[in-house]
Amino acid sequence: MDIKDIIKPENRVYAKSKILTDTPMHYCPGCSHGTVHKLIAEVIDEMGIQEKTIGVSPVGCSVFAYNYLDIDWQQAAHGRAPALATATKRLMPDKYVFTYQGDGDLASIGTAEIMHACNRGENIVVIFINNAIYGMTGGQMAPTTLLGMKTSTTPYGRNVELNGYPLKITELIAQLDGTCYVTRQSVHNSAAARKTKRAIRKAFENSALKKGTSFVEVVSSCNSGWKMTPVKANEWMAENMFPKYPIGDIKDV
Amino acid sequence: MAEKILMKGNEAIAHAAIRCGCDGYFGYPITPQSEVMETLMNEQPWNSTGMVVLQAESETSSINMLYGGASCGKKVMTSSSSPGISLMCEGLSYLAGAELPCLVANVVRGGPGLGTIQPGQGDYFQSVKGGGHGDYKMIVLAPASAQDMYDFVDLAFELAFKYRNPALILSDGVIGQMMEKVELRPMKPRLTEKEIIERYPWATTGKTPDRKQNVLTSLALDAAVHERLNQTLQNKYRQMEENEVRYETLMCEDADYVIVAYGCMSRICESTVELARKDGIKLGLLRPVTLYPFPTKYIQELTSHTKFMMSVELSAGQMVEDVRLAVNGKIPVGFYGRLGGIVPSPEEVLEAFKEQIKKLN
Repeated sequence: MDIKDIIKPENRVYAKSKILTDTPMHYCPGCSHGTVHKLIAEVIDEMGIQEKTIGVSPVGCSVFAYNYLDIDWQQAAHGRAPALATATKRLMPDKYVFTYQGDGDLASIGTAEIMHACNRGENIVVIFINNAIYGMTGGQMAPTTLLGMKTSTTPYGRNVELNGYPLKITELIAQLDGTCYVTRQSVHNSAAARKTKRAIRKAFENSALKKGTSFVEVVSSCNSGWKMTPVKANEWMAENMFPKYPIGDIKDV
Repeated sequence: MAEKILMKGNEAIAHAAIRCGCDGYFGYPITPQSEVMETLMNEQPWNSTGMVVLQAESETSSINMLYGGASCGKKVMTSSSSPGISLMCEGLSYLAGAELPCLVANVVRGGPGLGTIQPGQGDYFQSVKGGGHGDYKMIVLAPASAQDMYDFVDLAFELAFKYRNPALILSDGVIGQMMEKVELRPMKPRLTEKEIIERYPWATTGKTPDRKQNVLTSLALDAAVHERLNQTLQNKYRQMEENEVRYETLMCEDADYVIVAYGCMSRICESTVELARKDGIKLGLLRPVTLYPFPTKYIQELTSHTKFMMSVELSAGQMVEDVRLAVNGKIPVGFYGRLGGIVPSPEEVLEAFKEQIKKLN
């Protein structure tokens, strides 16, 4: 059999979502961002909501998310994405509005904005990438950095006396009456990625049902920041991150 | 006969917003401007025009709500007072960088720091020179009456959308709190989503197959691209300087001396001019209505027949620097300012003026 006989539409088992652009991603090989982008693109595609979806990108590695998902985007100042999303959703209530934020953006500089958007129960989706490090600026400590974890600003490991504790912000978010769905997922293998996709889809569906804020944390790897190979980073994440940040639904109303 | 209602300057802003087709107000309480949001909440415009009114968790959040709303091509506004505006400066820089229109009203109080809740004009530099980071400008309108507070809302939105740029109403505690008769203008409907898509093709209204994605960002990491973006902004500012200078004059035609004052101080200095004229002193008043763009050319013209110019402000001397730049050494420039929330009387200003011209001779 010739290869041309194999490459036929009827034999196709996977196609890139049309929401994903052809722009080469700037993410490091092994980074979780690319996978999460793909999952969001597939959800938007499958729900047929490209014309109704507005994304808000943060400051951090995913500042350029707008280069990869072919939808309308607003690029927010550091930590402020939930404020932009609040106004966008309130002024255009029939749209799907989501923020895509990292741990520095959401759990450090933007704590006020995320808490109050969630507490008001804005009908938006929040995708929270927690890789326990500041990737874009070169691997500094994040609020979610684990105790003992070495970063460029904790060169001897995160220390409680100096730096306090890793912030489990998703558990805090779940306490807020405005949230309807709070979950923590990962994309370190294909089974996990499929679960994350289901969670993202549910979050988007919730926003149309006006149930309140849906919050999807994705525990992610930053192999460059962690100074590991992609495979080692995934193993390290499962061993060290998951005990502190357990995978699963925290709230589903 | 158009309807005239007695109201505070701050209330005028709220009524003007509803009546000029504003889509959204996002704010945080701070004295002396809290009546703006209180009036809006009382009026419940979401039941009449569909306007959204939301109390945000901070001024930082308010201004970023404006970023989101403006990105959708909506007419969005906030109001605050000095310390709150300082918090908004980050967002204003982003809005200017992403070329987004919005309206911010600053009912200025005395600073620095928590300062005082009494009136001040110490935010002039912050308003006209930037405030936030980077090379950007805002269109700055200075109201001197409750009617101005009303009318400048519509004007500021018009200019903001004309130039895709933030516009600021730089008011003060006197203008915000004093009650005057205000004539309500005819209602303007809010734009429909279809009208927004037609008029503002850059807005994030959802990507349709007939156009490319819209991305509103102020980020450009390539040096050449970023320089070009900055050049575009600068060209826009030059256009504003060419087309949008607004000012009012009182007896400047035959004046030997001119006082330059804006906002509440221009109202007070009107009386100073009358007093001076009674004393036989040919004093005139220039009231800049736009502080940016500044009436530089007109000030230059005035130097051909005047001997002295004095800037009168509720600050330690801020606008006077722009007066000096415009005068460019041709005639002496003086300054009289009060601080701490003290508003001088017309007589005090005249006395200060007389002291200063005495030194000239």
